[in-house]
Amino acid sequence: MLLIYCPYCEEERSELEFRHGGDAHIARPTNIADISDAEFEDYFFLRDNPKGLIFERWRHIHGCGRFFNAARDTVSDKFYMSYKAGEPKPYIPGVSPASEKPLSENVGETYEATEGTAK
Amino acid sequence: MSGANRIAGQGRLTPARTARFTFDGKTFDALEGDTVASALLANGVHLVGRSFKYHRPRGILSAGPEEPNALVDVSRDAARRQPNVRAPVQEVFDGMKVESQNRFPSLAFDIGGINNLMSPFFAAGFYYKTFMWPKAAWEKLYEPFIRKAAGLGVAPTEEDPDHYASRYAYCDVLVAGAGVAGLSAALAAAEAGARVILVDEQPEVGGALHYDLSVKIDGQNGYDWAQATAAKLKAMENVTVLTRTTAFGYYNHNFVGLVERVTDHLARPDRKLPRERLWQVRAKRVILATGSIERHMVFANNDRPGIMLASAARTYLNHFGVAVGRKVGVYTANDSAYEAAFDLKRAGVTVAAIVDNREKPGEGVLAEARKLGIEVLAGHSVVDTKGKLRVSSMSVARNGGGSARSIPIDALLMSAGWTPSVHLFSQSRGKVAYDAATGRFLPGTYAQDCLSVGSCNGTDGLQATIEEGLAAGELMARATGHEGGGKVELSGENAFEWTGGMAGSGEGAGVDTTVKAFVDFQNDVCAKDIRLAVREGMHSIEHIKRFTTNGMATDQGKLSNIHGLAIASEVLNREIPKIGLTTFRAPYTPVTFGALISHSRGDLFDPARKTPMHAWEEAHGAVFEDVGNWKRAWYYPRSGETMHDAVNRECRTVRSAAGVFDASTLGKIEVVGPDAAEFMNLMYTNGWDTLKPGRCRYGIMLREDGFIYDDGVVGRLSEDRFHVTTTTGGAPRVMHHMEDYLQTEFPHLKVWLTSTTEQWAVIAVQGPKAREILEPLVEGIDMSNEAFPHMSVREGKFCGVPTRLFRMSFTGEAGYEVNVPADYGEAVWEAIWARAEPLGACAYGTETMHVLRAEKGYIIVGQDTDGTVTPYDASLAWAVSKKKTDFVGIRGLKRPDLVKEGRKQLVGLLTKDPKVVLEEGAQIVADPNEPKPMTMLGHVTSSYWSENCGRSIAMALVAGGQARMGQTLYVPMPDRTIAVEVSDMVFVDKEGGRLNG
Repeated sequence: MLLIYCPYCEEERSELEFRHGGDAHIARPTNIADISDAEFEDYFFLRDNPKGLIFERWRHIHGCGRFFNAARDTVSDKFYMSYKAGEPKPYIPGVSPASEKPLSENVGETYEATEGTAK
Repeated sequence: MSGANRIAGQGRLTPARTARFTFDGKTFDALEGDTVASALLANGVHLVGRSFKYHRPRGILSAGPEEPNALVDVSRDAARRQPNVRAPVQEVFDGMKVESQNRFPSLAFDIGGINNLMSPFFAAGFYYKTFMWPKAAWEKLYEPFIRKAAGLGVAPTEEDPDHYASRYAYCDVLVAGAGVAGLSAALAAAEAGARVILVDEQPEVGGALHYDLSVKIDGQNGYDWAQATAAKLKAMENVTVLTRTTAFGYYNHNFVGLVERVTDHLARPDRKLPRERLWQVRAKRVILATGSIERHMVFANNDRPGIMLASAARTYLNHFGVAVGRKVGVYTANDSAYEAAFDLKRAGVTVAAIVDNREKPGEGVLAEARKLGIEVLAGHSVVDTKGKLRVSSMSVARNGGGSARSIPIDALLMSAGWTPSVHLFSQSRGKVAYDAATGRFLPGTYAQDCLSVGSCNGTDGLQATIEEGLAAGELMARATGHEGGGKVELSGENAFEWTGGMAGSGEGAGVDTTVKAFVDFQNDVCAKDIRLAVREGMHSIEHIKRFTTNGMATDQGKLSNIHGLAIASEVLNREIPKIGLTTFRAPYTPVTFGALISHSRGDLFDPARKTPMHAWEEAHGAVFEDVGNWKRAWYYPRSGETMHDAVNRECRTVRSAAGVFDASTLGKIEVVGPDAAEFMNLMYTNGWDTLKPGRCRYGIMLREDGFIYDDGVVGRLSEDRFHVTTTTGGAPRVMHHMEDYLQTEFPHLKVWLTSTTEQWAVIAVQGPKAREILEPLVEGIDMSNEAFPHMSVREGKFCGVPTRLFRMSFTGEAGYEVNVPADYGEAVWEAIWARAEPLGACAYGTETMHVLRAEKGYIIVGQDTDGTVTPYDASLAWAVSKKKTDFVGIRGLKRPDLVKEGRKQLVGLLTKDPKVVLEEGAQIVADPNEPKPMTMLGHVTSSYWSENCGRSIAMALVAGGQARMGQTLYVPMPDRTIAVEVSDMVFVDKEGGRLNG
């Protein structure tokens, strides 16, 4: 049974108090009535089912009732973090793809940035 | 005397404290603290069971939970009976009844033993091949017969009268196993101030110290040190010590399941005590100190009663004071078995010989054996045994050939080395790694916050084990923020460091296909079976396991896995890690259903929801039906009435006079806020801007894919307040669905949602006399048709209490739904009933409600829809706003498949023979003579006898149904084909005039 941190209650609670809510960061198109069949398919039906890092929604349904997001590893079930609904998708160092590294993380000179990966 | 084989001065039990039990009807004496196994051995009983497949006589192999043979049926009384209990684990209590299993007519003479002679026909995988034909015979003949012949114990038939407890616990450090390593770890963690839970499956702590008398820790005898340490830990406030408690499952995020056996060892348990207690522990850190399990040797006829693990014989002697034989042989591949021989010899038992299949045994044990005058046959193997119901001799031969020599014995102790217990580690999703040097699988990559210590981690040597335990305890305490206490130091010494060990079949296992050298005792898998599996093409251990059933019995291969792997490795000529290890699954040992379900049975299995009027309904003879967790009045039979009679009467009465119905279970959600109407516009297909306060509208809620999710009448109480009703079963998910959109997609809307389902009692009063019944009870509401028309809501007082009075109808009659605070529900119902009854009205239940709504073609979401029905399919296009630019489902409704011609649509069906009532769920076809498989057009969703129509009526989902009006279709049934005509769905009052009556 998972142990889940609710970012609103600010504590870890047992999975029994939560309900899973599917993938996170899938925004409902504001012009949903006008989107194409392909766009609707992509929005509503298609999911990645990754092995490893996933961003997903949870609701603390038997607690504060709030929806929030969490970053979890689908293999180990380790939670990297959870965060409030509406907050941007976080960058998980060492886990998120490098392409998703936010600009602020790229500021500042590092050995890797200038010389490449140490051999 | 508690058994002829009890040796005075040996063991730790008190001779004066006896307990009496029966085994297969015969009475035996035991000592308090005995297990069933030790007590039987004390009385010279080795034969305790018959094997699974071949019905071979079997004895006691082990002294622990790994026992594959000695499974017995233990009972306290007729109802308190448990099959498949492992005799070395079950403690004896006075008055206990023990029965052997899987034998007929008796243990000593078992007819099923013929299977042993027939064994050439029962080769591995035989059931995959032999019983394939004819097909029908599998179910009727082969399978029941095989089950009976190969059965384990028999499940009890009476209800379990015991109760079970369950609790959650939290700690900094959970230590599984209270041997040297676990005690050291717990001590260090506890001294540092961590909250510690220490568990061990045995009645006392100590683990291997139960049998190893040579161990001294801090100058004290090892076992005594263990008890003193446990006492010290128990006295500490931050420590819980649980014995007779098995950590059976290691789940996500350090969640560990424990089962504590509370009363199974007591003769007269306090009735207040639970039989078992389930502990669900969330630990910040876990220390696994689960020890090792000794492996048996694989050789011909290694399963006769009297042949057992060397450490088990040592336990029976040193802890229970029982000699397992008078003249014992030892067959080993490692040093530890020598110590069993030494202990027995010193206790006065004759040791016939130690047969060691190594050329070079450990020097220390060899010297000691010489000193004690025990013959050691190094480089030899036991190649066979004799003895019908107990071993009587072993045949010993020099490795590599030579003639065999028979040595008479009455017990044979064996050891092939030790298998680290990595079960819990593996359950935690840790990856084991093969250590080729010692031939063991050890904890490799960790997946959770845990550490393995002691022999389960491959740590040999007493001092090393102590130090590893202490270090882990301290480390885990520090990791959970506990810095207290000084450094704990302990020193230990023991007689010999053990070397050696082997896996796989030895010289005596035979290479032919007839020798029975058992690898898995519980499932009767021999070395030859593993070889056969490989010959038949199974090269992965997962395949070999399933083909032979090796390791698939209830002992989960605690003894057999490594041997099975090693034999496959020999035959395939590939290294063990290349063949792979099967994954260990929870539970480590069997757990009773009672412990798992605890209080959740009978009335407490699932909560029952009752409306405020439930008691009245019960008193008036209502028959109830379950709708979700709700108990709903189904119909109210009068004396002598069948259900059919009662429903017909209720249906007639509602349309001719009136009926009173408990609608309290309807889901109710209060939608409040300045943006409430905008929110409603997004959640429902209908437009809500035009709905004036005081009016109601039937709303349809879709999912984003365009299919109907829920429906219900919504009343607008004011500009910013809606009283939403949902289906009875749908209330929680509709609330969840609304919250989801409000919190995550439309968080800018100022709306608050409150579930009010249980705040309002709802009494529907329907029929021509409804207004007459209610009018005198209403205050402050003009009840006239003009002032209060159909589909309106008013607030006022009813019987003096606040009400939300709805003018609405789910029957097609003029009707009202009286909402009053739930606490007043019963009183208001009685007041209404007092007026209704004299006017000729009746109380009606859900069955009548269903018929009446079907007569009007009103759908029930979940009955007439199934998650693939759109509002257009259900003839509810009028409820979908054409003006709105957005609502949940607006895009889904435009999907190509949802606008396609020929979709299944809801229509009415009238049987050609009006007396015939269709079966709900029945399939519909156009051509009853079409060869199978026939083209199915749809199915019947609702079907009733309509007393008001004087005929049957039905609703159905039919492909292209709207275009089939008046067509004849067919409903094929097993015994006949029923002709039906497609119609619209309104069967009563097509103009709808009665609503305004």
